[in-house]
Amino acid sequence: MTNIRRSMLFIPGNNPGMLQSADVFNADSIIIDLEDSVAIDEKDSARTLVTELLKSVPINNVETIVRINPFDTPFYEKDIEVIKKTNIDMILLPKATIESIKDLDERLKDTKIQIMVLIETSLGVHQVFDILNTTNRCLGLMLGGEDLCVDLNCARTKSGEELLYARMHVVNSSRALRKFVIDTPFTDTNDFEGLTKDTYFAKSIGFDGKASINPRQIDTINSVFNPTEAEINHAKRVIEAKDLALEAGKGVFSLDGKMVDLPIIKRAEKVIDTALKIGLMKIGEE
Amino acid sequence: MDILGYKKDYQLFAGTRSKIKPSIIKSSKNNQSNNKKRLSIKHVLDEIALKDGMTLSFHHHLRNGDYILNMVMEEITRRNVKDVTIFASSIFPCHKDLVKYIEQGIVTQIYAAFISGPVSEAISEGKLKKVAVMHTHGGRARIVESGELTIDLAFIGAPTCDQTGNITGKIGKSACGSIGYAVTDAHFAKTTIAITDNLVDELDDFQIGGQYIDYIVEVDAIGDSKGIVSGTTEITKNPIGLKIAKLATDVIKYSGYFKNGFSFQTGAGGTSLAVSEYLKKLMKDENIKGSYALGGITSYIVDMLKEGLFEKLYDVQCFDLGSVESIATNPNHIAISASKYANILDDCLINNLDFVILGATEIDLDFNVNVTTTSTGEIMGGSGGHSDTAYGAKVTIVVSQLFNARIPVIKNKVICKTTPGETVDVLVTERGIAINPLRTDLVEKFKNTNLPIKTIEELKAISDNLVGIPKEIDFDDKIVAVVEYRDGTVIDVIHKKNINNKG
Amino acid sequence: MQLVKPSKAGTYESNDIYIMLFPGNETKIEVESIVYETYGDKIENVIFKTLNEYKIENVLVKAIDKGALDFTIRARLITAIKRGATND
Repeated sequence: MTNIRRSMLFIPGNNPGMLQSADVFNADSIIIDLEDSVAIDEKDSARTLVTELLKSVPINNVETIVRINPFDTPFYEKDIEVIKKTNIDMILLPKATIESIKDLDERLKDTKIQIMVLIETSLGVHQVFDILNTTNRCLGLMLGGEDLCVDLNCARTKSGEELLYARMHVVNSSRALRKFVIDTPFTDTNDFEGLTKDTYFAKSIGFDGKASINPRQIDTINSVFNPTEAEINHAKRVIEAKDLALEAGKGVFSLDGKMVDLPIIKRAEKVIDTALKIGLMKIGEE
Repeated sequence: MDILGYKKDYQLFAGTRSKIKPSIIKSSKNNQSNNKKRLSIKHVLDEIALKDGMTLSFHHHLRNGDYILNMVMEEITRRNVKDVTIFASSIFPCHKDLVKYIEQGIVTQIYAAFISGPVSEAISEGKLKKVAVMHTHGGRARIVESGELTIDLAFIGAPTCDQTGNITGKIGKSACGSIGYAVTDAHFAKTTIAITDNLVDELDDFQIGGQYIDYIVEVDAIGDSKGIVSGTTEITKNPIGLKIAKLATDVIKYSGYFKNGFSFQTGAGGTSLAVSEYLKKLMKDENIKGSYALGGITSYIVDMLKEGLFEKLYDVQCFDLGSVESIATNPNHIAISASKYANILDDCLINNLDFVILGATEIDLDFNVNVTTTSTGEIMGGSGGHSDTAYGAKVTIVVSQLFNARIPVIKNKVICKTTPGETVDVLVTERGIAINPLRTDLVEKFKNTNLPIKTIEELKAISDNLVGIPKEIDFDDKIVAVVEYRDGTVIDVIHKKNINNKG
Repeated sequence: MQLVKPSKAGTYESNDIYIMLFPGNETKIEVESIVYETYGDKIENVIFKTLNEYKIENVLVKAIDKGALDFTIRARLITAIKRGATND
């Protein structure tokens, strides 16, 4: 497992066929869903199914996240009680507020399970910095465009102008706190051109990755977030120049006439790291 | 060992490079009569001396919508004929009436490349008096052209027929496109009867010439158009199937054979169709153009012809309306016979295939494939062109889910060997790709890719761990079918199985 | 645990299993499965072991299996047990 999160795939929590194949779709993270994709009277069923899956079926090379039911539902406590005994990496908290993340953090205090929050209310967007800042256990967020638009009283469009403020605001807050930030799913699963465009936009304004509700979208999302060949080559040259400068005992150095400072080196290292982990480069090639 | 009702001098499969070189007989039929039309099948049968032990041939282009076989057999069985052999290119669920005739002892032997539905169940249960012979599409043409078997009466379902007996499948209310499997039958049968629901004055463009036809009968309908075009020709929506198709396309891309002029065949299964969609995109992205696509043809392949991605389509059978329309209008969409397609005695087109995408019910650690029985040993399918194309293609790619509904695809040994492992090069599953170690060239090629290459043993271990090892199946000693390789050698036999309908 | 009322869990979807429990005088397991011939014993064994684990006795288990893996069989049975048991 890596800390690369180009794509996060939702898997319905009461569907054995999808659950047992959750790790074959190339998603960096899977989010097993106990919330929206599970009918009210099947919540107990899904909870048990997911627990048994996690106990006995190996899920390989993918970050495992469970989306529990929201704080204000009768299923919330029971979900946590059961899920916290499993070996998952993270819980996704829907409709996150300062109150609910505090509560979840407290309930997870004896576990290694991390938290990510789903920001999908107008209050959530407004408070996002404080929500993220509540606990170190919280590693990042996902923006939930569908529910947010209901709360905002606006239509959810393909071009997504209505989400512009929320998107930029959550990216800024996450970056300020050095947390990851994942964009809302693109819901027309037959429109790959639209998906590509939407994903490029997310990447261009700073998102780390994008959520998806359909496995068919994963390859497209991954390829958009992959570093390009030019980015990889540039990163290689930055690292080379840095190594030479270190050998020569130089504190500052330049590449192509431009001063190379710490953020540029860090960015280059991240590009190389990503390329290695997703197999665009092989070990030794750097 | 003698097998009841099977040729005494049969040989066991001994590798794909057969030493058997049968002689070829030539068709000398030339019936120029102007008086071929008869009022009904009954009238034709009244003229012919029917006898016990006859062989009747049928072809399956009307698929599960075929009326011909049932119509003919209804007349035949009224006439106190016994010990009839049905030599059909394929048998579908619509032919369930045959079971009755098998039970009555009228039909005692069946030859087919593919059998599904009630007839296959009856054979598995041991109801057929003699052994069933399951050949390949190419093997069927060989059996006839070598004189190994003589067809007494061939019945040709003719979507359009003219007064002299020229036949085309391209037009008519029951149009089915190519009628490639019927060509050999018409050429070599002692007597050939065309049954049509569209009799016209004169045809210029036909696939079977009138000189091979002895009788013409006009009927209301030769088939049900809904069944003629089977419902299988849709791209899978299953994300696991799509993942497999994507990986199979990557195998094509990095195999070393993906270059201008390559040739391709894929089946009509959902995953195979998805491969053609991904391949289409790959060909456009890489600016590669193929020479021809072969086989049963679907609309997805037709689209590739229209877009100039292939120069020609060679078509032995159309799977959907799009391909029927195309073969009727596009001169580069060419109807071929089963012999030209895959007959080992012919200069056949499979020999120049670069890629074929095939399915599997089971595959074993030696890459042998079963598409003849279910994973519990009941007959349900058959080679069709499976082992023919696997033999011909430079890269034979089998696509399958590693397991589905607790049915694993990889076994230690397949229950029935349809296609020998030495002709199967790559297995693509959702959890990884296994390359046949015999193909050292491909093993080498894929070393430097990022594709999830594993050994077939590794894939089996993943599968066993998730689904558990299935219990061995019990069979009766009685042999109910022989599986013939394309050269006529016996590659496997199928034993009687009491069909367990629990669940 | 004791079963006090009939209960059920699961679906008829592929890769799933539908399980019904009925309180009775003895324990009986009836399995219908698309893979009965090859996995019937294993399925019955998982059901039997899970009943023991939850100390359920005198129950009729009717299962209609569509190729579920062991984890699913266990999960559906546990859900049905909890739905039909007193102390839950």
